[in-house]
Amino acid sequence: MGVISALKTKYIWPVRIAVLVAAVILIFIGVMNGDAKEVMQKAVNICLQCIGIG
Amino acid sequence: MKLKNETKRNFIQFLFTCLFNGYAVGFAKGAIFKGVTKGICVPVLNCYSCPGALGACPIGSMQTLLAKRGGRLSVYVLGMVMLFGVILGRVVCGFMCPFGLLQDLLYKIPCFKYTKHGKADKVLRSLKYVVLFLLVIILPAFVRNKYGMGETFFCKYLCPAGTIGAGLPLLLKVEALRTTVGTLFYYKLSIAIVIVLLSVVIYRPFCKYLCPLGAIYGGFNNVAFVRLKVNEDKCVSCKACESACDMGVDILTNINSTECIRCGKCIDTCKQGAITRTFK
Repeated sequence: MGVISALKTKYIWPVRIAVLVAAVILIFIGVMNGDAKEVMQKAVNICLQCIGIG
Repeated sequence: MKLKNETKRNFIQFLFTCLFNGYAVGFAKGAIFKGVTKGICVPVLNCYSCPGALGACPIGSMQTLLAKRGGRLSVYVLGMVMLFGVILGRVVCGFMCPFGLLQDLLYKIPCFKYTKHGKADKVLRSLKYVVLFLLVIILPAFVRNKYGMGETFFCKYLCPAGTIGAGLPLLLKVEALRTTVGTLFYYKLSIAIVIVLLSVVIYRPFCKYLCPLGAIYGGFNNVAFVRLKVNEDKCVSCKACESACDMGVDILTNINSTECIRCGKCIDTCKQGAITRTFK
C-alpha cells in the first residue's frame, strides 16, 4: 500500500499535466476540424429527441 | 449569521444553474438561445434545448457527433470533458450540476430516507457505465434508423434533465410542440417522475446509478487537481465521515473514490479536522 501510495504521489503531476495538455490539444484540433461548429449547429436548434418528441 | 457549508454549496449550485441557463428571455418566449456560446460545452448535464441554456450539453454533443459521423468520436467534446475532469473531477457534480441541485433539494423534503448502501446499491452503481457505453457511445455510433440516421439514445430514451429542463418549459410555451406530443414524451416524463420521486427518498439516485457524465468524471477523481485527503495522524477512525456520506463512499480506504461528488460533508463532520481539500 505504501509503495502504491508513493508511486501515485510520484506520478500524479506528470499524469495530470499530460491529460491537461492532451485535453487542450484535442479541443484545439476539434475547433480546427469543425467539431465546435457542428456542436453549435446542433445546440442552436430545438432537439426534439431531447424533449421527448422526435 | 453564519451559513452552514451545505447551504453555501447549494447557493453555489444555484449560481452555476443560473450561469448555465442565463437566457431568461427564452423561458418567457418559449425559444432557445442561438448565440455563439452554444458551441461551447458546459461541464454539466444541461440540455441545450433548455430555453435558458447558454452552452451545449457534453453528453448530447458527444452522441450527436457520434451518430452523425457513424462512430467517429468528437475530439472537441472529448477534450472538453477531459479538461473539466482533470481539473475538477466530480466537483462538477457536487457544486455545478443543475440536476444535482434539483436532487439535493428534493432530498431535503422531510420523509423516510433509504440510506443503506448494500450489495444491490453496488450493483446498481455500475449501471451508469452501461448507460455511458451503450446509450451514449455504442448505440448512437452504430445503430441507424429507417432513414439511415443515428440517434441520440441517451437523450431520447433516458435523460430526465432534458425532459424537465427543456421538454416541460418548451411544451408549456409552444402550442405547436404540444400537438406533437406522443407516447415517447409520456414514457420520458414517466422516467423523469420516477427519478424525481426516488430523489426524495434516496440521495441523488440519478447521479449514483445512471449519469454517464458522472461515470466519466468519476474516473478523473483520483488524478484531478481538486481532491480530498485524510490526514492519518489526525484520524481516529471513528468513521463519522463515512456515516455522514450520502454517496456511501468508503472514505477511510478510498477517499478519492469514483463515487465521491466532493460535497464536503465529510469535512464538516470530522471533529478532528482530519479531512481536507487538496490541490497538490
